[in-house]
Amino acid sequence: MDFISILSIFVLACFVGYYVVWSVTPALHTPLMAVTNAISSVIIVGALIAAAAADVPGAKWLGLLGIVLASVNIFGGFAVTARMLAMYKKKERK
Amino acid sequence: MRRLLLAAPFTLLATPAHASTGEAVNPWVALAYLVSGVFFILALRGLSSPATSRTGNRFGMIGMLIAVVTTLVTHVPTSDLSDYEVISVFGLGEILIAIALGAIIGITIARRIAMTAMPELVAAFHSLVGLAAVLVGWAAYLNPGAFGLLVGDSIGTVSKVEMGLGIAIGAITFSGSVIAFAKLSGRMSGSPILLPARHVINLGTLAAIIVLTALFAMAGSSETMPLIVALTVLAFLIGFLLIIPIGGADMPVVVSMLNSYSGWAAAAMGFTLGNTAMIITGALVGSSGAILSYIMCRAMNRSFLSVIAGGFGADAGAGGGEAKEQRPYKQGSAADAAFMLEQAEKVIIIPGYGMAVAQAQHALREMADILEEKGVEVKYAIHPVAGRMPGHMNVLLAEAQVPYENVFELEDINSEFAQADVAFIIGANDVVNPAAKTDKSSPIYGMPVFDVDKAKQVFFIKRSMGGVGYAGVDNDVFYMDQTMMLLADAKKMVEEIVKALD
Repeated sequence: MDFISILSIFVLACFVGYYVVWSVTPALHTPLMAVTNAISSVIIVGALIAAAAADVPGAKWLGLLGIVLASVNIFGGFAVTARMLAMYKKKERK
Repeated sequence: MRRLLLAAPFTLLATPAHASTGEAVNPWVALAYLVSGVFFILALRGLSSPATSRTGNRFGMIGMLIAVVTTLVTHVPTSDLSDYEVISVFGLGEILIAIALGAIIGITIARRIAMTAMPELVAAFHSLVGLAAVLVGWAAYLNPGAFGLLVGDSIGTVSKVEMGLGIAIGAITFSGSVIAFAKLSGRMSGSPILLPARHVINLGTLAAIIVLTALFAMAGSSETMPLIVALTVLAFLIGFLLIIPIGGADMPVVVSMLNSYSGWAAAAMGFTLGNTAMIITGALVGSSGAILSYIMCRAMNRSFLSVIAGGFGADAGAGGGEAKEQRPYKQGSAADAAFMLEQAEKVIIIPGYGMAVAQAQHALREMADILEEKGVEVKYAIHPVAGRMPGHMNVLLAEAQVPYENVFELEDINSEFAQADVAFIIGANDVVNPAAKTDKSSPIYGMPVFDVDKAKQVFFIKRSMGGVGYAGVDNDVFYMDQTMMLLADAKKMVEEIVKALD
């Protein structure tokens, strides 16, 4: 992809982010931080590419370490978000 | 052999893409990353209400699964890519082990962590994203071929700028988050550490990072190594320097800001790799953190720059605070409080960080339950900066199974204090300080606060009269006629009130 197409996606995504995040209810700001944490670990894609390529051992090891770190975040982030969200209950009394 | 077997089902899908170039040639691959990005948008969209939030979280997981599987399918060397096969040491097996290792650590932490420790957990997670970004940036630098960054036989200039920025932002996120984690978890004092001439040092370091990025981008391929090393080291250093002067009370802003940085780091890497999922996510997370920082700053009536400049809470209050004479206040007991709470028609509870520290949320909910059974209307009022991160109090109340319909934001409930019989302040201080409305010289002047002075009766749970809030200012609410100070540990006091109510 050329730089301008990538930049277009980025700029538009910033706008999407702006509106989507403003619509998040303040009560869920902590889960918002936890889940953004988890999804920003999509950086694992880069680590996977590095770890999958075999020609430069140094890059491969960095990649594998990156995978471990990003996985901690992905699984930890989604799990802790799920745990928090499960606690938000409606009134169940009469 | 095992690797070959594992890879076999992917071979068909993998053939059209080139594992040797990071860029996906196959349009389906590009589409898969786009879909993954859309799922991430839906994940955040779900958080607009607690009812849809769980589905949203699941969308996030699906998006991540799509991104990871797509990358594995297109990049793990398979048998038909003979140039990799011979020297390949690692394959899918090693990658899966790395993922499993991370998964075990991550899930264990997520299960065990106390809800009160959520701010430091989030800070710790931010640091991991930052470090991962640095590692990916370095891996791309060391093996540009695998990432499809080669123009001729060296890395393209634009790619080098993106790579430099990604590494720099990642490193700042990492070291900044480590400091934030240390301060939030009490491993390091929350009070600001002020170096002499810190603004000069910081600005100088930032300028050096920018110059190094430019030099790195323009340098010939043989001279880049010392530049990228220097860039990385300086970025780690500046992250550290930026956060140490910022005090504990400003941590909600810092945590949000680092959240934003971790997004921009992911976005920079997305530019390097030309990966839609990473760019969309980076933009989402980046704006999310930026908006949260803005909300926090607005709730304190401080400019973002003044928070970042740091030093708040270090010298505030030193001016007039000492000279003040002891003013008279009323102290009450749990029995007094219980008696008056029972008589009330409407009680508004204002929780603050002190409630989190004392772990008083469960006892508080028990108290509210008893009062509701007796026909008292109980509402919770939450200030945007209560606690150590955005939404911190809401999570704690949710943990104690307080229904979220009873929990209100500042602007929604502030007009109701005039009709409230009791304002019950537990572990909050600055957010109810009327000085923010009246005293122009106060460091918290202009901050929106709860109008507790309008309530008929105020109960203020506080450990002792000695401590002041983070802003270091005295609070007139302590000395009002209708205020009764309940001086004890928040949890113990609430438990005693519960006993007295029975």
